[in-house]
Amino acid sequence: MYAFEMERPQTIADAVAALKDEDAQALGGGQTLIPTLKQRLAMPSKLVSLHGIAQMKGVCTDDDGRICIGGATTHQQVSESAGDYPALAWLASRIGDPAVRNRGTIGGSLANNDPSACYPAAALGSGAVIVTDNREIAADDYFQGMFTTALNEGEIITEVKFPVPSHAAYMKFIQPASRFPLVAVFVAKFDDGVRVAITGASEEGVFRWGEAESALSGNFAPEAVDGLSVDPSGMIGDLHGTKEYRAHLVGVMTKRAVKAAAAGETGVSSAH
Amino acid sequence: MPKDSGIGASPKRREDVRFLTGRGQYTDDININGQLYVHFLRSDMAHATINGIDTSEAEGMPGVVRVFTGADFEGVGSIPCGWQVTDRHGEPMQEPAHPVLAQGKVRHVGDPIAAVVAETYAQARDAAEALVPDLEELPAVIDMKDAVKDGTTKVHDDLTSNLCYDWGFVEENRDAVAKAMDEAAHVTTLELVNNRLVANPMEPRVAVGDYNPGTDDHTLYTTSQNPHVIRLLMGAFVLGIPEHKLRVVAPDVGGGFGTKIFHYAEEAFVTFAAKQIGRPVKWTASRSEAFMSDAHGRDHVTKIELALDAENNFTAIRTETYANMGAYLSTFAPSVPTWLHGTLMAGNYKTPLIYVNVKAVFTNTVPVDAYRGAGRPEATFQLERVIDKAARELGVDPLALRRQNFITEFPYATPVAVEYDTGDYEATLSKLEEIADISGFEARRRESEAKGKWRGLGMNCYIEACGIAPSALVGQLGARAGLYESATVRVNATGGLSVMTGSHSHGQGHETSFAQVVADMIGIDDGMVEIVHGDTSKVPMGMGTYGSRSLAVGGSAIVRATEKIIAKAKKIAAHLMEASEGDIELKDGQFTVAGTDKSVAWGDVTLAAYVPHNYPLEEIEPGLEETAFYDPANFTYPSGAYACEVEVDPETGHVTIERFAAADDFGNVVNPMIVEGQVHGGLAQGIGQALLENCSYDEDGQLISASYMDYAMPRADDVPMFDVDHSCQTPCTHNPLGVKGCGEAGAIGSPPAVVNAVIDALQSGGKNVMHIDMPLSPNRVWAAMQGA
Repeated sequence: MYAFEMERPQTIADAVAALKDEDAQALGGGQTLIPTLKQRLAMPSKLVSLHGIAQMKGVCTDDDGRICIGGATTHQQVSESAGDYPALAWLASRIGDPAVRNRGTIGGSLANNDPSACYPAAALGSGAVIVTDNREIAADDYFQGMFTTALNEGEIITEVKFPVPSHAAYMKFIQPASRFPLVAVFVAKFDDGVRVAITGASEEGVFRWGEAESALSGNFAPEAVDGLSVDPSGMIGDLHGTKEYRAHLVGVMTKRAVKAAAAGETGVSSAH
Repeated sequence: MPKDSGIGASPKRREDVRFLTGRGQYTDDININGQLYVHFLRSDMAHATINGIDTSEAEGMPGVVRVFTGADFEGVGSIPCGWQVTDRHGEPMQEPAHPVLAQGKVRHVGDPIAAVVAETYAQARDAAEALVPDLEELPAVIDMKDAVKDGTTKVHDDLTSNLCYDWGFVEENRDAVAKAMDEAAHVTTLELVNNRLVANPMEPRVAVGDYNPGTDDHTLYTTSQNPHVIRLLMGAFVLGIPEHKLRVVAPDVGGGFGTKIFHYAEEAFVTFAAKQIGRPVKWTASRSEAFMSDAHGRDHVTKIELALDAENNFTAIRTETYANMGAYLSTFAPSVPTWLHGTLMAGNYKTPLIYVNVKAVFTNTVPVDAYRGAGRPEATFQLERVIDKAARELGVDPLALRRQNFITEFPYATPVAVEYDTGDYEATLSKLEEIADISGFEARRRESEAKGKWRGLGMNCYIEACGIAPSALVGQLGARAGLYESATVRVNATGGLSVMTGSHSHGQGHETSFAQVVADMIGIDDGMVEIVHGDTSKVPMGMGTYGSRSLAVGGSAIVRATEKIIAKAKKIAAHLMEASEGDIELKDGQFTVAGTDKSVAWGDVTLAAYVPHNYPLEEIEPGLEETAFYDPANFTYPSGAYACEVEVDPETGHVTIERFAAADDFGNVVNPMIVEGQVHGGLAQGIGQALLENCSYDEDGQLISASYMDYAMPRADDVPMFDVDHSCQTPCTHNPLGVKGCGEAGAIGSPPAVVNAVIDALQSGGKNVMHIDMPLSPNRVWAAMQGA
């Protein structure tokens, strides 16, 4: 990596101030950024670690019954503390490996918006609210394409608020090398409808499968998805899966997610 | 009762204590006062002309001591190839030069263009970014069949084409095999790819060069499976340093799997640069560098035909293989698709006529060489896959077809130039059926069906030629080395032994198992025996560790040296007891005189050897140290039978391995626990090849599986609990231990079992799929199902 300055602010305000410097870069758990730096693929002048900001850590429930997770909360903490939203806790418990889960944070994952990351599916599938240092952004407005979000330069995700559905499940089919999702589907059934969010599949990053949502809102059963499909042309095609294969998996994984959610299960990964 | 010491016992591996507690001494742990660091600028193009390199800015950067380019290596030797193959027409293979740093052209992504030596790694890397190479991109030669077409761009302009050799074996059988194919009642044909792999030892390659101007002594510390071979190749052919002025040390090495056999440019570079600069120079590969500079493995494209008569007897086999050599000839690359592959095409079966054709091809990719199994997995895979396909086409039981064609009498001379000394293929296959619970398979298949999964059973046999190899024979086959092994046994005055072996241990457990052999022969505690390896200044000579040869060849050398020790010790004991030498017996570390109650202990005799107050000085010299060189009389032929059960998810094509059983015949076994561990590791690598691993280049020659994000290594949860058995033992007839070697078996025998099982599962699900190329990724399996 190249040399850089390092700051460790204790408050959100100090972090925001530190990030005003040109080429300053926020550092969450570093699970993407540190390998990128080691390969010399990024050259920030300054890293601003969010690790020491106590007000950005932890899991609680607000007056509306939403699960609220601080932006600097690790996947491990979420898996242990978000038990009131079992599918979310399960999703967090299966990101990467223990080393990743003990460092990686929800804010870091959502800010990076890797097209194959797990958390974007949960946030979009739950209709979560992304809280930053100066505003609240609905998940539907937040995700804007592969590695692209509504965040402005220097804006920090301080908290994420998840409405809790009556039924939800995450169905992850892994890419065998990285074990990121090749295709994963987060299905959530709320009183006012069903949300289906797909990660890993699309060249546009995480997306909602509207057609399936409509069908499932009328009949929350795997059969409701029969005959529905996504257009392969917008899917990712690479060494591990063609566009057609990913489009096929979207259907299969959606049905399995619905089946699991309806049965009160939280999720399944194709890895053990 | 299992033994608790000596040959046949399973003491825990003594070396693991230091490995598991962080006390190992690896090459990267070696730091020499005044040490500098080198960073290599590597080509990001697969094929380009080097018009020049502007080094001026880099040379002025902080900490930079010197920048080297290909021009600095003019007059230095080419990295040599250790094996010359002669083609079908009696002509030697085409052999290109391989400079330490690229000269004139770069020929693969990762080919080193320049090297920056600086005070720190970071400074070397910073300066390397300031180098300005003027590269003019050329068309990349990637596909092997395209590479040998007329008019294709040449990887090496001074060669006549991209064809290294066109090898026929046995060439005299070519017409007879063609006739047998024409006359056969049935011919099964299978076209397949043996996928390119990256070895990925846990420890990347490292090299430290040191030079003493006072004595003109060079030292190279390197991650090698065979330091003496590096000393010979690098000293004699590249840098012109005689052996007595060059010491090569390979200390603890964190896995090799073949890829650390070879002599690499970086080793020659640090040795050369240390003398040029007058300070030690160190290189530690990053994992990214490992992907683009460690020799890759496999990469064959093959068509195999199996001819059968009306009674389903095999009558002939014909194969045509394109074998990728990469951009340069790595140390043993030419031997892998030829002598380590063609000679195994008979497998376990009595097929009277065999013809193997191999076209070795240069491409703009990383050099390809031996990887665990080396040629033998490629032979086994095609043979055992085509037999399974034939059984399916003929509607016969695949095991019955194999049994019908088994070789049953030994020794057996195959039509492909080797003579199997011993074996019992029915015994291992029957044992396999027992430990794999084949009779319970149908019930398990129904259970899987109830879960919505298709279950498949795949089985196969294998044979390999190990204990490489008789020097006279390999010399005839083109090897530019002998393949004996040496050992020195040094007995110390107080009875402990240091055993210096040319077999390097980098995970195999030699320090434990070799000590068991020596301790067993003398009848002492194995804690009294120390195994010393990996340093050319300590060990007389060594051809190294590969080809499952360490115990069969290196262990035999140790036995021979220990026999000399015992013979001399008996003379001393006879003198001490005033008895006739012929009456002396050695048991449990005590020398006795037959028929009397006289005895002296091992330690009394060793002390007398070094304190020769009462000693037959007129007959023998003081001291107790002996050296032996052992040259094997034949290869060894481990064999066995493997069974794999898989479940396939019909909706996704995802394959899981539910059961895996291996019945091996390794001859005699010194440490059963270590043998089982070797089989487990081999199986994991074989399963990795079958399901996960795939080194992939795009058409421009970019390595697109260049990190663990895209190169899928097997993880613990990708493999099941293994059922392994080595109780079928037909001891090798020609080495003193009766051992055959076990290191590669798992990787050789397992890929066809996995693929056979997946095909069986798909067939059981009503999909008429006859073959899928490895790795059997979910996408590939799903794609094969579509329309089948």
